[in-house]
Amino acid sequence: MATETLTLGKALNTGLRKALENDPKVVIMGEDVGKLGGVFRITDGLQKDFGDQRVIDTPLAESGIIGTAVGLSIRGFRPVCEIQFDGFVYPAYDQIVSQVAKMHYRSQGKVRIPMVIRIPYGGGIGAVEHHSESPEAYFAHTAGLKVVTCANPQDAYVMVQQAIASDDPVVFLEPKRRYWEKGPVDLDAPLSAAYPLHASRVVRAGTDATVLAYGPMVRTCLDAATAAAEDGRELEVIDLRSLSPLDLGPAYESVRRTGRCVVVHEAPGNLGLGSEIAARVTEECFYSLESPVLRVTGYDTPYPAARVEEEYLPDLDRVLDAVDRTFGW
Amino acid sequence: MAKGDPGVTTRGRRAAPRSKRATRTGGPELVQLLTPEGERIESAVGPDGTDYRVDFTDEEYRGLYRDLVLVRKLDAEATALQRQGELGLWASLLGQEAAQVGSGRALRTQDMAFPTYREHGVLYCRGIDPIMPLGLFRGVDQGGWDPNEFKFNMYTIVIGAQTLHATGYAMGVHMDGKTGTDDGEAVIAYFGDGATSQGDVNEAFVWASVFNAPLVFFCQNNQYAISEPLERQTRVPLYQRANGFGFPGVRVDGNDVLASYAVTRHALDNARLGQGPSLIEAYTYRMGAHTTSDDPTRYRIASEVEAWQAKDPIARMKAFLTKQQIADESFFAVVDEQARAESVHLRERVLAMPDPAPVTMFDHVYPHGSPELDAQRAQFTTYLESFEGSAH
Ligand SMILES: Cc1ncc(C[n+]2csc(CCOP(=O)(O)OP(=O)(O)O)c2C)c(N)n1
Ligand SMILES: [Mg+2]
Repeated sequence: MATETLTLGKALNTGLRKALENDPKVVIMGEDVGKLGGVFRITDGLQKDFGDQRVIDTPLAESGIIGTAVGLSIRGFRPVCEIQFDGFVYPAYDQIVSQVAKMHYRSQGKVRIPMVIRIPYGGGIGAVEHHSESPEAYFAHTAGLKVVTCANPQDAYVMVQQAIASDDPVVFLEPKRRYWEKGPVDLDAPLSAAYPLHASRVVRAGTDATVLAYGPMVRTCLDAATAAAEDGRELEVIDLRSLSPLDLGPAYESVRRTGRCVVVHEAPGNLGLGSEIAARVTEECFYSLESPVLRVTGYDTPYPAARVEEEYLPDLDRVLDAVDRTFGW
Repeated sequence: MAKGDPGVTTRGRRAAPRSKRATRTGGPELVQLLTPEGERIESAVGPDGTDYRVDFTDEEYRGLYRDLVLVRKLDAEATALQRQGELGLWASLLGQEAAQVGSGRALRTQDMAFPTYREHGVLYCRGIDPIMPLGLFRGVDQGGWDPNEFKFNMYTIVIGAQTLHATGYAMGVHMDGKTGTDDGEAVIAYFGDGATSQGDVNEAFVWASVFNAPLVFFCQNNQYAISEPLERQTRVPLYQRANGFGFPGVRVDGNDVLASYAVTRHALDNARLGQGPSLIEAYTYRMGAHTTSDDPTRYRIASEVEAWQAKDPIARMKAFLTKQQIADESFFAVVDEQARAESVHLRERVLAMPDPAPVTMFDHVYPHGSPELDAQRAQFTTYLESFEGSAH
């Protein structure tokens, strides 16, 4: 069994390579994905090995990228589109919510759009505006789209392949500030036996409070759990992985044991994923809860200037502060 | 300015099929008033027959040279500041000084400019303190200033978006009755070759055209959109796109400050007189990386950069001034010294830029505030205070 230590970015690159190898209908398209290998090098070397018919540098137009990928999908291809940064997906928003999301429904199942829309998202890299946003709620709110996000190299490698194999359009969110974090990746495990794409997973077992997170915040919450353990408090951390559909079964089971639940994301709190999750956990676990479900999120402001982003983003302290509050209720 | 002149030579050429090479070299249709060797060309005819020429005093020639040197030096200083960790990012204008100084100096006081994120040279020519955009790149603010105060919109990072803003602004100028006279207002929208693929830019072309907006679309074709060469955005020379939208287009040597000035001045004056929009393609080259995050060695070869080195906008101006005895070594030394002093001054002020107080992130989301945000601000303040005195 070939297990290698890879960065999350390299794991994605390896997963994309595998998908290109396994299915001749897979094409990668986006701005600077060819020779440059993408601004984060996630498609590094792929054009060299698979040619410019399969790894396509597109004109600079996001609506064009997604709109033409719809046509390619109708034609039987499986386009994997890269949007360069979270803040640049909006020119394509119309194509995504009005076309990509609805084709299957309005054709009564006759048209499938097995497209993947990869978006590096989230903050923490000191970038200028439009390069640090968390737009997941816009897509999770849209019926017909699936939305997933990976938090570690192993998941990155597997999930990107699963998303490509999926017959649904999948918005695949990549936690850009975690691109350089390393972890073991099993490169040989068959996809068919892999952990399901739309399932959440307990990534740290605990008994005192349940912390739900996804993407870049999983690492933050795991660190918080380590710190809490030093104070004698055991946090159970669940990586949601799939944002639409949500898989909250393990969360309900956990909250029924711990009686406390904190949801963490970078995106603003107002009508964010945390709101939906809090409502569902409350409905399902009402009699087990010792305190309301609390949310730790970005504030309801535009993403601020880089020099204050650390204050904007949930961090270990804010997670622990919320956990404390569930105990003080 | 005989707009209706037939301009036989250029017309004939325009009908001919164009090779990729023509696109890459600038082709014969380039309006040029100063050769790379520093030879002055008396006048140049544009594709619609317009005869372009400039008539500068020696003092004005020297002023243009000073601008070119200064914006290059300040730009280099910003690049250095980024390398030293004092800026988060920098988008250098290296190589594009003439396009920016030429067009920037062609603007009149009442004219309005809509930049991308690279128009530091235009900003300088508007008389704006070069420190102004550095807050954005240092990450201490979002690049906020009053567009109306400076007649210079905020930098726009989302590719192409500002061309629509410029169009709307220009429509407003028209509605306000500020066109049709010599002292009317005109608007200029800057964008890149890559941006021409965006829907927004094409929509701006349509709007400006049908509403006859007093607008100059100024495209700096620096041959690349990050790693993607021009051929990935177009099969025809970009200036020819204007034809299909119903307004004139012209390609100018963007490394020639005189020609850049002449075509922009002409287009702006047409706009202010009520003759509608036009497109200028300033044919130039991005000598440096796309931004300080970029590694151009991955996608272009050194010999290409060297070929463009020979067309350097400052070297040709210097050669011209020297040959014509408009300036001498002592003048060049004074300019260099001024550039050095200004860049030192800029550096000192960048280093002194304070980080914003974190609580300011809640400010200005709405003109009249919001109760929810007031509550979040209060919570945030209490939370921060809870750490005071701790080792945090
Ligand atoms: C809508 C949008 N998509 C992608 C980007 C990322 N991006 C920043 S600059 C750039 C290339 C722009 O090329 P061009 O228009 O030629 O301008 P230049 O940078 O060469 O001046 C890209 C793709 C962006 N800023 N906005
Ligand atoms: Mg360009």
